[in-house]
Amino acid sequence: MLRIVSTTGVSVPVKTCTQRVAHGVATTSSSRLGSGRNKRTFSSSVARKAAPDVTLTVDGKEVTVPAGTALIQACEAAGSPIPRFCYHDRLAIAGNCRMCLVEVARSPKPVASCAMPAMPGAVVLTNSPLVHEAREGVMEFLLANHPLDCPICDQGGECDLQDQSMRYGSDRTRFHEIAGKRAVENKDLGPLVKTVMNRCIQCTRCVRFANEVAGVEELGTTGRGNDMQIGMYVEKVMDSELSGNVVDLCPVGALTSKPYAFHARPWELKNTESVDVMDAVGSNIRIDSRGTVVMRVQPRTNDDVNEEWISDKTRYAYDGLRFQRLDTPLIKSGDRFEPATWQAALEAVTQGLINSGAEGNQIKAIAGQLADTESLVALKDLVNSLGSDNLALDNAKGDAIPFHGVDVRANYLFNSTIPGLDEADVILLVGTNPRHEAAVANSRIRRSWIHTGLEVGLIGEKVDTAYGYEHLGDGAQAVLDFVAGKGPFAEKFKNAKKPMIIVGSAMAEHADGGAVFKALSKYVQANKSKLVTPEWNGFNVLQRAASHAAAYDIGFVPSAKAASTKPKFVYLLNADEVDPASLPQDAFVVYQGHHGDLGAQLADVVLPGVAFTEKSSTWVNTEGRTQLGRGAVSAPGASREDWKIIRAISEFVGTPLAYDDTISLRDRMWEISPTLVRYGVAEPTSPDVALAGLAPLGTKTKDVAISGAAFKKPISNFYQTDPISRASVTMAQCTRSFVKGEDYGLSGSDKASHATFA
Amino acid sequence: MLAATRAAARARKLPISARALSSSSKRQSDALFVHRDTDYNNSKIPFAFTEENMKKAKEVISHYPPQYKKAAIIPLLDLGQRQNKGWTSISVMNYVAQLVEVPPMRVYEVATFYTMFNREPIGQNFVQVCTTTPCMLRGAYEILDTVKSHLGGIKVGDTTKDGKFTLVEVECLGACSSAPMMAVNDDFYEDLTPETTRKVLDVFKSGSKPKVGPQAGRHTVENSAGLTSLTSKPYGPGEHCTPEFQ
Repeated sequence: MLRIVSTTGVSVPVKTCTQRVAHGVATTSSSRLGSGRNKRTFSSSVARKAAPDVTLTVDGKEVTVPAGTALIQACEAAGSPIPRFCYHDRLAIAGNCRMCLVEVARSPKPVASCAMPAMPGAVVLTNSPLVHEAREGVMEFLLANHPLDCPICDQGGECDLQDQSMRYGSDRTRFHEIAGKRAVENKDLGPLVKTVMNRCIQCTRCVRFANEVAGVEELGTTGRGNDMQIGMYVEKVMDSELSGNVVDLCPVGALTSKPYAFHARPWELKNTESVDVMDAVGSNIRIDSRGTVVMRVQPRTNDDVNEEWISDKTRYAYDGLRFQRLDTPLIKSGDRFEPATWQAALEAVTQGLINSGAEGNQIKAIAGQLADTESLVALKDLVNSLGSDNLALDNAKGDAIPFHGVDVRANYLFNSTIPGLDEADVILLVGTNPRHEAAVANSRIRRSWIHTGLEVGLIGEKVDTAYGYEHLGDGAQAVLDFVAGKGPFAEKFKNAKKPMIIVGSAMAEHADGGAVFKALSKYVQANKSKLVTPEWNGFNVLQRAASHAAAYDIGFVPSAKAASTKPKFVYLLNADEVDPASLPQDAFVVYQGHHGDLGAQLADVVLPGVAFTEKSSTWVNTEGRTQLGRGAVSAPGASREDWKIIRAISEFVGTPLAYDDTISLRDRMWEISPTLVRYGVAEPTSPDVALAGLAPLGTKTKDVAISGAAFKKPISNFYQTDPISRASVTMAQCTRSFVKGEDYGLSGSDKASHATFA
Repeated sequence: MLAATRAAARARKLPISARALSSSSKRQSDALFVHRDTDYNNSKIPFAFTEENMKKAKEVISHYPPQYKKAAIIPLLDLGQRQNKGWTSISVMNYVAQLVEVPPMRVYEVATFYTMFNREPIGQNFVQVCTTTPCMLRGAYEILDTVKSHLGGIKVGDTTKDGKFTLVEVECLGACSSAPMMAVNDDFYEDLTPETTRKVLDVFKSGSKPKVGPQAGRHTVENSAGLTSLTSKPYGPGEHCTPEFQ
């Protein structure tokens, strides 16, 4: 059994060190769905409110920390690092590794600093002979059952146990057991996490992560004492879109990355700090590369976005960057593509534009979800300079002005911001499954749901969100009912202090989207005292494509007139979700992108661009936070940076763009919207502007009868949503084992409990 | 040196279970801490409390606040184990999890932590021989060996072929004052000697139940040599008092 010492409860974001109010919530309400999974199974004690700071002395240094802070954090604040294995500041406290022992004056024994709250006036020593001896002793016990297989262990070089045994451990062994060490069977957790359970030191970080953050309540500890082991007891895979994080959390080599196994050592890798583009969260990542190959993707801490988690798609889809790449320009001749030089390809594009006879709005540009902001700006400028307004996105209804409009940023952004999810007390999800559309942000909802009294309502397809919710209906009628204040959830929402509406990006693609946005905008305006205030904007649209926020920011949408024009020349920029039927047969199609996916098949000329790991480009996440991705490896073959390709075309077609380098291009971006070059911040929209932006949605939209069609989840397979993840072998394996459930799964009863959700 | 020690040990006729070589025993549990689906133990085998047990279960659950239903896991597992012929199958665990509304893993954790939940089927009579220090000093290993040989040479952890007995070695069951002892099912058989052990087992073999408690003539844990103090007749009320109080 997991022993959780709840001296400080669970650390909610580090910024807000004061404790959040936690209730042991009784979930007896019969309206709750299903059983098991959607129960709040963790209970934490009620936190003390507004506690004063405490001052204590650590190694002779005085330090002041908020009351309730763990001693280990206080020591850290005083500049005395404490070795630890089980303690992790984003997980509950377990206190079972004993590595963090410190000496506290007048305490008879060394104290586990992670499980001890900082006390006023305490005198703490972290560097005394007693502490040294304690650490050495603990290390000896940990190593007693740890195989000394560092040379063949993937954690080598980034292993906490290795590092700490070098620093704090004894320089020789007293271990002379003839019977050998404990042996534990390896577990099959699926295609992502490799287990070598002999190496496990039972810190239970993975168990706590799985249960608290990821919502995999099947992971736990079985047995006791020397026989204790981590696992699921029954044979099962770890079905979670966040499972890769346990690899990072594991302080030893017990859980390592299966796709990366034996591929590289950490000291061989070049680290490049970048931004993820697999969803619109914009998780901060570190791309580890060797030579021209991306070896792995690791999370980078950013408390405002992804904390220190990333989704499995972010982490493991990188092998897709090696397959199906377009590395040379291609010109279609007959039914096959012929490799060509850039000169020939660009001439073919120019010729195609002339031959198609396209004029004005007949020139259409369609951008996909992996288009970076620079190339979107360049493409829009190019198309505009050719006299066309026909700019579309490749999603459904992407070739019309979206229902939410793009005049005011607040209409299509996640205005409460991702950290705002921690503060909300009632959340309404409309036509979205955040678990798949923004996996990392979803973990915040789950955390809030476990530790506070957060209530969640969902309108749309019933899905397993990793937390319990009230299902209010499948379609637009439920939204209208909610707006009309029908039902207990609407009542709760009215009484909430920080209510939050999250509208999925799929709503802009649904036939009833107009009616939904109209109803919700009216609702927001009617309840603006709570929903739109200077401190809180509770109206959110959750984008799921990395490029869309930027595309709306720069106005990459067609004019009403252009939208109805039949194109003769179509330029696909990373557009791989485009409906082939929407392209006229006789149109000349150019595809620019990095993967030979759907879009390239439709093209007459293919221009090889580069993937996000190969270019330095700007990405705007769903909150409107602009972040800079950085190129980690060089582009394959003859491929070129995307905006440069468009710049070259502009030269060929005779309307050269006004920028020749990144700096002048970013100046142009600043002209369009200064937010595009203000990196790292999500600029809030003022309440007046936000309301002014919502007002037309309520008035302009015509009253149309709703079709009543159910809202469908836009992502049916989390692991394959874009050209990179579709080309990835790892993601294909995940699809097999998690989505299709092949080769795995023994337990019949658990299948049944899943069925209540899925 | 080592050979000499061993020879000496042999000469002294140490009990069979003496540990000769490694500096400490190879501590391994006799039970697996993962579940393997078998035809007798898989989650497809249905399990549900009988009406009577359901009543008891509800009573147990009612002792705890509704959000802490999980506090009832141990008593409910015990109830399930009793209903399920003395062992806790995966179906029992799943059923309890469903009853107290926790993920099944939380129940697996409990069931694997406590050694008295048998996760494999056992015989009709569950023989638990205590070998902790006081019993060991009083000859527990002799008792253990007697049980082994008397049940047809089975090993610790085994069940006899006829399915009547399962033998396990357990830690202290709290009857040190009448060591050595063994527990068969829920009852203690104390003050054992190899002869009485055989007798107890024979009675079980024949299908009936022997007298519970010390097997050496004692009633409970009183001095086996008879009373040594307080032997005189206890005085009644008023005795030794002045007459007015008599």
